[in-house]
Amino acid sequence: MSLAADNGRSLRLTALTKEFATFTAVRSLDLEVPAGTFFALLGPSGCGKTTTLRMVAGLEVPTSGTIHLGDDEITYEKPYRRPVNTVFQNYALFPHLDIHENVAFGLRRRKVKDVDQQVKEMLALVELESQAKKKPPQMSGGQQQRVALARALINRPEVLLLDEPLGALDLKLRRSMQIELKRIQTEVGLTFVHVTHDQEEAMTMADTIAVMNGGVIEQMGSPAELYENPRTTFVANFLGQSNLIPGSVTSAEGDVVRVDMHGTQVSIPADRAHTRSGDGWVGIRPEKVLIAPAGEPIDAPGNHMTGGVITDVSFVGVSTQYLVMMPWGQELMAFEQNTGRRAVLDKGTKVDVSWRPEFAFLLPASQDVNAGVLEEV
Amino acid sequence: MTGLQRAGRWVGEHLVLAAGLLVLVYMFVPIAVVMLMSFNDNSESRNVYAFRDFTWSNWANPCRPDGMCEAVVRSIEIGLLATLVATLLGSLAAFALVRHDFIGRSVANTVIFLPMASPEIVMGSSLLALFVAGGFGGRLGFVTIFIAHVMFCLSFVIVTVKARLSGLDQNLEQAAMDLYASEWTTFWRVTFPLVFPGVAAAALLSFSLSFDDFIITNLNAGQTVTFPMFVWGVAQRGIPMQVNVVGTVMFLISLFLVVTNMLVTRKRVAAT
Repeated sequence: MSLAADNGRSLRLTALTKEFATFTAVRSLDLEVPAGTFFALLGPSGCGKTTTLRMVAGLEVPTSGTIHLGDDEITYEKPYRRPVNTVFQNYALFPHLDIHENVAFGLRRRKVKDVDQQVKEMLALVELESQAKKKPPQMSGGQQQRVALARALINRPEVLLLDEPLGALDLKLRRSMQIELKRIQTEVGLTFVHVTHDQEEAMTMADTIAVMNGGVIEQMGSPAELYENPRTTFVANFLGQSNLIPGSVTSAEGDVVRVDMHGTQVSIPADRAHTRSGDGWVGIRPEKVLIAPAGEPIDAPGNHMTGGVITDVSFVGVSTQYLVMMPWGQELMAFEQNTGRRAVLDKGTKVDVSWRPEFAFLLPASQDVNAGVLEEV
Repeated sequence: MTGLQRAGRWVGEHLVLAAGLLVLVYMFVPIAVVMLMSFNDNSESRNVYAFRDFTWSNWANPCRPDGMCEAVVRSIEIGLLATLVATLLGSLAAFALVRHDFIGRSVANTVIFLPMASPEIVMGSSLLALFVAGGFGGRLGFVTIFIAHVMFCLSFVIVTVKARLSGLDQNLEQAAMDLYASEWTTFWRVTFPLVFPGVAAAALLSFSLSFDDFIITNLNAGQTVTFPMFVWGVAQRGIPMQVNVVGTVMFLISLFLVVTNMLVTRKRVAAT
């Protein structure tokens, strides 16, 4: 079955702002979500992502700014007059109605014909046909999640909003639901806007991710773009992990920016250098850092540093994670795949580290080096 | 030794049960007496409270005592009317107190407990003073009783409905609105069905409070006689056995309601 709306319209937020009595949740947000994409709003709790979602759903009235669906403005439209449906964080299934009636709720309100048939098809899509007569509290978390999805999807909304829909599920179930959600989105071709604080979840499912922090969007792009070329320290730290090493720009010519990093000259491609003068943070992802016992050749031209000592080794099966103390007193993370090419290095081993210049990025020194670092890490 | 231990264990195992049964007996003896007395034939006796002979005549002619059935009907009328008005007003007040943030909300939340906490004799006499000052002197009766009953039922309704309402997930209403239900439809399709058990409980409570009330009613009744006032009045000469018939019927009705409620809840639990 195809639910795809032929007249797919993009969702556009313009200068959207929401102020509460004591703080500003969303600050002049501009955002365009193309029709038919899986879009993720990613950020830590309190970053304004859920408020943004609720404004799109009509459950929160913006302080200023506009929301458009195609050419229609829906900023102040009542929630029940918008072609938008929501999968709530706690599912919000109606406890007094059975699964069939929960899913049928939206269709019945719009006096659609042939409700029973559509509900059956929708329950088949989420593989719950046999549970139609049950009440929500009788079902497991994963099943309730699928009912909530079915209840929203059956209305063929132009935009489906998902508010941390997998937050209440355990890890294993979450993984399989991620794949499931992505499959359903591809199948029905609707626009999904997904709010989450789980970067892995966002990267697994979304075509485009907008990383939000403090009510504004820090950076927007495909998961690979955000990961490989973060524009702020927040994105670099929140999306995966990063080594951020202080340095200062010595020259910026053509498409290469050269940086002096504690006496080592490193070069960074201009399109990955987000400052071209003064001090900055040289960023490199831990899995891009190659290490080898001191003096042994490393397969990586340029950006070669010596004098490191391994201070910590964690073996995590597929990879080994090293902490390397560099001569300038900073510990760098280096993740190495356990290909079996070489034995795991011991703590205390003297090592050289290196990375290919095209993997490094440069961020302005004015940004907080610890922004977006997860507390438990 | 083992015999003693066994005896000790037997007592340990059965003492709690025995104590529990005794408590139940303690609670139900008065009701049993009422039921028994409703079959008492005491026409020949001087001691009206002694059980002499079994008879169906009290049940066959429940309205024989002068004015009793009129009093019962009046109590039921007042009870139903007061319940209706108190439940309606109280439920609306509960919604306001739970759902809307207004200046003085926390004060209002505290103040609604006052009628429950103040002695009935105080409320009854102050109401009387109020009615007389308001020009109801000499016209006390059905209307003043009704007003008084609505007043003391309100607190109970508000507290009961509020408890139910604050346990209600507001996301459910937002979900309904998100699924094309207008405010009106959301209320009748989602909010009301979920709050209804609280409203029903409040109504039952109101009715039994109203039907049962003596002190406040007596002070504000004028010449009107409700069932509790009737019983109080005749008690000085000896209670006619038909009062026990009314008592038994009321008990059976409440028992029926409680059991029905239990069965419905159990069915609902089994379904969930």
